[in-house]
Amino acid sequence: MNWKRFNCSALIKTHDIPVVTMEDLRIELTAKVRIEDKRVLAFFGVKRGDSNILYIILGDDTISRLFITSVEFDKDTRSYRSFTPDVPSLQLFEREFFEETGIEPEGHPWLKPVRYGKEQITRTGLIEQYPFYSMDGDEIHEVAVGPVHAGVIEPGHFRFMCHGENVYHLEIQLGYQHRGIERVLIDKTNSFSEKSIFFPQIAEKIAGDSAVAHASVYASVMEILTKTEIPHNAMIIRAICLELERAAVHIGDLAAILNDIGFLMGSSTFGALRTLIINTSLLICGSRFGMGLIRAGGVNFGITPDLSAQILGNINTVQKKIEKLIPLTMLEQPSVLTRLEGTGIVDKDTARLIGMVGPAARASGVPIDIRTDYPSGMYRHYPARKIVLEKGDVFARSYIRYIEMMHSFNYIREQLDIIQNGEVFTRVTGKLPADALALSMTEGWRGEVIHVAVTDDNGKLIRYKIKDPSFNNWYGLALAVRDNGISDFPLCNKSFNLSYCGHDL
Amino acid sequence: MINLVRTRIIQGRQYIKDLRKAEIKPPFRGFPFIKNNCGGCALCEDSCPSGAVKISPVKIDLGRCTFCGECQRLCPDHGIDFSVLHKISADTREKLVISMETGYQEYNKTAVEARKEIRKLFGRSLKLRSVSAGGCSACEMELNACSNVNFDMGRFGIEIVASPKHADGIIITGPLTENMAKALYDSYLCTTPHRIIIAMGSCAISGGIFDGSSELNREFLNEFKPDLYIPGCPVHPLTFINGVLDLLGKK
Repeated sequence: MNWKRFNCSALIKTHDIPVVTMEDLRIELTAKVRIEDKRVLAFFGVKRGDSNILYIILGDDTISRLFITSVEFDKDTRSYRSFTPDVPSLQLFEREFFEETGIEPEGHPWLKPVRYGKEQITRTGLIEQYPFYSMDGDEIHEVAVGPVHAGVIEPGHFRFMCHGENVYHLEIQLGYQHRGIERVLIDKTNSFSEKSIFFPQIAEKIAGDSAVAHASVYASVMEILTKTEIPHNAMIIRAICLELERAAVHIGDLAAILNDIGFLMGSSTFGALRTLIINTSLLICGSRFGMGLIRAGGVNFGITPDLSAQILGNINTVQKKIEKLIPLTMLEQPSVLTRLEGTGIVDKDTARLIGMVGPAARASGVPIDIRTDYPSGMYRHYPARKIVLEKGDVFARSYIRYIEMMHSFNYIREQLDIIQNGEVFTRVTGKLPADALALSMTEGWRGEVIHVAVTDDNGKLIRYKIKDPSFNNWYGLALAVRDNGISDFPLCNKSFNLSYCGHDL
Repeated sequence: MINLVRTRIIQGRQYIKDLRKAEIKPPFRGFPFIKNNCGGCALCEDSCPSGAVKISPVKIDLGRCTFCGECQRLCPDHGIDFSVLHKISADTREKLVISMETGYQEYNKTAVEARKEIRKLFGRSLKLRSVSAGGCSACEMELNACSNVNFDMGRFGIEIVASPKHADGIIITGPLTENMAKALYDSYLCTTPHRIIIAMGSCAISGGIFDGSSELNREFLNEFKPDLYIPGCPVHPLTFINGVLDLLGKK
């Protein structure tokens, strides 16, 4: 057996993970991804003594099972032949692995820096010296934007290579937000006393707009490691807040998309509705972004019948209004539709090939949604609806937000119906187990959020790998703007709305 | 056209009338009250992810606090109580450390002292540029919310502009990463000579939960002192707007 098969709430002992040779891995990985249609969920290195171990986790969406294997690199092996030419979705994973371990994937088509971390093994030069592609010829020009943008957003650099107004290629350079959050999480967990070794507060800051998604995945990784069962109510509240987060961001993005085409009336209306939803989060946990809600073992705040009525009232108001507003501001406005339809298309094959995830992938016809493919928590008992569109343009990526938001409201209503008074957390005690690996994931509003924790023989955390969906999708944005007018970039960008800090960690 | 009118009617009136008196509903966590009954178990200090709480005597540094409320939940003596009071900005780093003696009334009056020259220059128009340096985007989104139809900070002449070259000052969010060090410095130098600096959020003020990470470079703040510290994680729009209005000396 070259792969260990497991399901996503299982604790794995690290000795049980098969160790294969690079040659075997190459044949099998390529076959599994290209023929069996499995997806790469994680690909990361762990330093153990002098050697590095590469873990690869694949997922089979149709049977909800995960497959893990590993390759050991002794200290003299400094390179291997890159997988990217055969499996393009690995391009960023391999660049990340190279940065962190110094083991070079030979033949990688663009082995460029990812994060410019200070502690990184392959760091050369400064972030300002990034090796951009450049283009030459008549009527060719390049446009450089960032890292400080015109809007109030996070830093990143975009380099457009244009022929007239047309974008030939967009190169996206990130890394400005790199603050070492994986390291911070590991160090805090290992250095704190036994009384408190769980820090969902840090996980919330991986990406502020996906605070609930990241914190609940972090918490469930810790629950898997400590074998904790969380109360039913806690699962319900986590699901409610995750759906609130989804609805809030989706509605905010619709506002931003309308803002980017200069339709301010529509933008401000959706903006005001978003306020009502995030203020509902505040009523639950005291933060408009759901921060401080989740803890290992459950949640910190319960939902009383009074609060439940308020939440219900608020979502009913928003749902009713948005149902009226969407036709008025989008579907029946030709001037809006002409900007959105046919802009920034990513077709299904491309989306699948480069490993896109989340609503952006579903808008292109790739049917992946962790809530239904690998259901956990409440999604096991009350399945979410998977929405798949086909066109893959800005309109599809906007419209899917609307549909998903409406389903989120229905889901919240369903959950509020079954919530009862009672415990909302279980006390989690004890140490982390030795030599263990745990993976958990959920569908945040942007796509799959995956965390993997690995412990050493003393039960200390040695690796905490975070994968935000932005990591998969940034390259999708670069492809979406190809052959579009440069003035459509803001639209494409907002229809993806990717996280800089989730990528940079 | 008729669609737009309909949209406008559905929208109704959204703005908050009096931003100075607006309140935030519980369980929002704002200004913490500390009681004089500490038993010295240090659970609060042990559990704080950002090292904001210190005991004997109990002190909370709002500039580090993530407002997660863990210390309040764990304290067996119920000695810490986060209230909904949200006007918590200060003009010096020292004032942000709350102890048992600190009362909200007094804090609110003295924490931000209006400066004459700032009022004279920017009292009626303050253009700001935000520089995100490692922020998780929550503070950035709240800063955007300050200008939306609900909070509408533009009514006071306070605006976020697209370029530092148009700005009277910068707002820093995030813990100041090494990779943003140069861009932050450059942005700052592009603003007008009488520029002000606002540190927004616990990350910007002290590094917050990222304090001590090797990927940060906070030298900028050793060289330039912020004129206003606005704590929060993330900062609530009302905290931000009231803090800036206090600095400008507006009623």
